[in-house]
Amino acid sequence: MTEFFAMGGYGVYVWTAYGLSLLALVAVGAWPLLAMRALVRGMKRRRAADATVAPPGAELP
Amino acid sequence: MGLAAWTKRTFHKTGSPRWFFSGSRGWMIGLYAAGTALVAVGSVWGLGFVPVERYQGDSFRILFVHVPAVYLAQTIYLGTSVAGLVYLVWRMKMADLVIAAAAPVGLAITAAGLATGVVWGMPTWGTGWVWDARITSTFVLLLLFFGLMALRQAIPSSERAAMAVALLAVVGAVNLPIIKYSVEWFTTLHQPASLTLGETPAIAPVFLVPLALNALGYYCLGAGIIIAALRMKIIERESGTAWVADWLDRTDMKR
Repeated sequence: MTEFFAMGGYGVYVWTAYGLSLLALVAVGAWPLLAMRALVRGMKRRRAADATVAPPGAELP
Repeated sequence: MGLAAWTKRTFHKTGSPRWFFSGSRGWMIGLYAAGTALVAVGSVWGLGFVPVERYQGDSFRILFVHVPAVYLAQTIYLGTSVAGLVYLVWRMKMADLVIAAAAPVGLAITAAGLATGVVWGMPTWGTGWVWDARITSTFVLLLLFFGLMALRQAIPSSERAAMAVALLAVVGAVNLPIIKYSVEWFTTLHQPASLTLGETPAIAPVFLVPLALNALGYYCLGAGIIIAALRMKIIERESGTAWVADWLDRTDMKR
């Protein structure tokens, strides 16, 4: 197992390359999903805020 | 229905953000899942189940994440160029959204391709970076993706921004043949292509299996992520419409 991680002396390079690739894929893969979630939450919050505003012509308390 | 009529209908439907949004969720999930599975299998295969390369030792295993990234990055740019052309000719809103969705993905994948190249170059070339034609033109690709994003931010009018971005996407396509032929036209530290369509690969078949799995996986992930980004851009751009309001009512983001 140690031999596998050592990669014949190139371990630092091989694992750095795979680590950076994984990082890039996870980051870019998560981006649209997180952005969509934030967008939808914002839109729902805005709509809820609009709904609490009294409609025109309504009596003020 | 004839082929011409079918093509026309599909073109018009694809141009409809609402139609694309309603039909693309399954594709998005499927491509994320398939891409993740293929890259997982391909990477484990490449790291643990192919023999050591004769000259480079184990450092050659970086090939399996380097080559798919740079291939995908160039394909994504080609896609934005086609979308740019479609926008310039037909002013199709969806084409602009495709560029907006694809540019950040292209930027990240190009960065991954360059970074793995640097890490591979250090032990095999003795240097991580030289300004040779291949590396420089790939760096220009990174700048082009960044430019597509920055240009949109810099122009306040969204219609003029879309025009400028589409134009840059089309003009930037000249960089693609430069990347491809850089290793043939110029003396580069970077090696020439090992894989050419229609020719016997210059690498042994045992190495082709994990490379093909990862390449296919990267393409699935790239497509899935761009579809996800496109869906997000559609909701953002169409936020004032009745169908988005209707979708908002039916959706809960816990899924």
